[in-house]
Amino acid sequence: MKRLGLFIPLAVFIAMAILFWVGLGKEDKTSLPSPLVGQPFPVFEALSLLDERQIDQSELPNKPLLVNVWATWCPTCKQEHEFLNELAAAGVLVVGINYKDDPAKARQWLADYGDPYQFNIQDPRGQLGLELGVYGAPETYLVDAQGIIRGKHIGDLNPRVWQSFGEQYAGLTSQP
Amino acid sequence: MGKVSWRLHLASLLLVLVPSFGWAVIDGHKYPFESDIDAERFAQLAEDLRCPKCQNQNLADSDAPVAADLRDKVYQLVQEGKSDDEVVDYLVARYGDFVRYNPPFRLDTLVLWLSPIILLLLGGLLIRSLMRQQRQTSTPLSSQEQQQLHNLLNSSEADIDESRSSADNK
Repeated sequence: MKRLGLFIPLAVFIAMAILFWVGLGKEDKTSLPSPLVGQPFPVFEALSLLDERQIDQSELPNKPLLVNVWATWCPTCKQEHEFLNELAAAGVLVVGINYKDDPAKARQWLADYGDPYQFNIQDPRGQLGLELGVYGAPETYLVDAQGIIRGKHIGDLNPRVWQSFGEQYAGLTSQP
Repeated sequence: MGKVSWRLHLASLLLVLVPSFGWAVIDGHKYPFESDIDAERFAQLAEDLRCPKCQNQNLADSDAPVAADLRDKVYQLVQEGKSDDEVVDYLVARYGDFVRYNPPFRLDTLVLWLSPIILLLLGGLLIRSLMRQQRQTSTPLSSQEQQQLHNLLNSSEADIDESRSSADNK
């Protein structure tokens, strides 16, 4: 019995090691879980980017879609742009939120690098971004046909991320 | 003379009538409030809310653009007369529990809140068992051992006296 007590420090050490391994070794500490998953897409009133029409949440198509938060000041957005073009070419619906950006620069960007978006919502002051819990671009939301947010990805979309995110999107599109 | 005191009275009356304006200054921005209480509440909220971008700073300390946006939102909500809880709930609904430096007491945060108490109890138990072990090792001496000890003490006392006297002689 007394000898068993000698193992207590070892057991404590192992418990701490596991705790720290799991807690500190998480692959990506910068992406936080979003409480908006399962919530409806927030209501908004804004201008569209290209034709500067007054638009609101009713403009969102009643189909599963990606909502991509981007800006011309965001280098990672440039990185993911080509992949968004590919997704759009493959028939994925993408709506953009031009987050805290200069609309003229944004339009120039789309003219230069291609426009994968169905339409873009201007969010020059980041108000819609705040409603969505955006804290850095790029962020991409997965919205289902009923307008409910089903997923969120922080950081650029790329083929590796799309493996799981795309699967979720495909799952939504296959639903009636 | 009478004129001066009249002016003085008016001035003091105006002073009473002027509401106390409060200011909170964060990151060079002035956030004016109509009352000191609101200014204080705003400053406290900015201290207690965490910047989602730069994860180890609060809204008051961070100079990330999103922190500035959130500060402005908190300012707006406080100005609208929202309570502290309503402001925190507003941000938690959008950014998650992550934005709170003061986590709520819930089932999934139970470990967080209770682990210090549990560790304290375990420590206490450990100390108690160690003390009990120590007490057990010191069993009372038998009469024979008692005698031995007595002899030892006496002899050493005598030795010390002897050495002392010899040292004095030298």
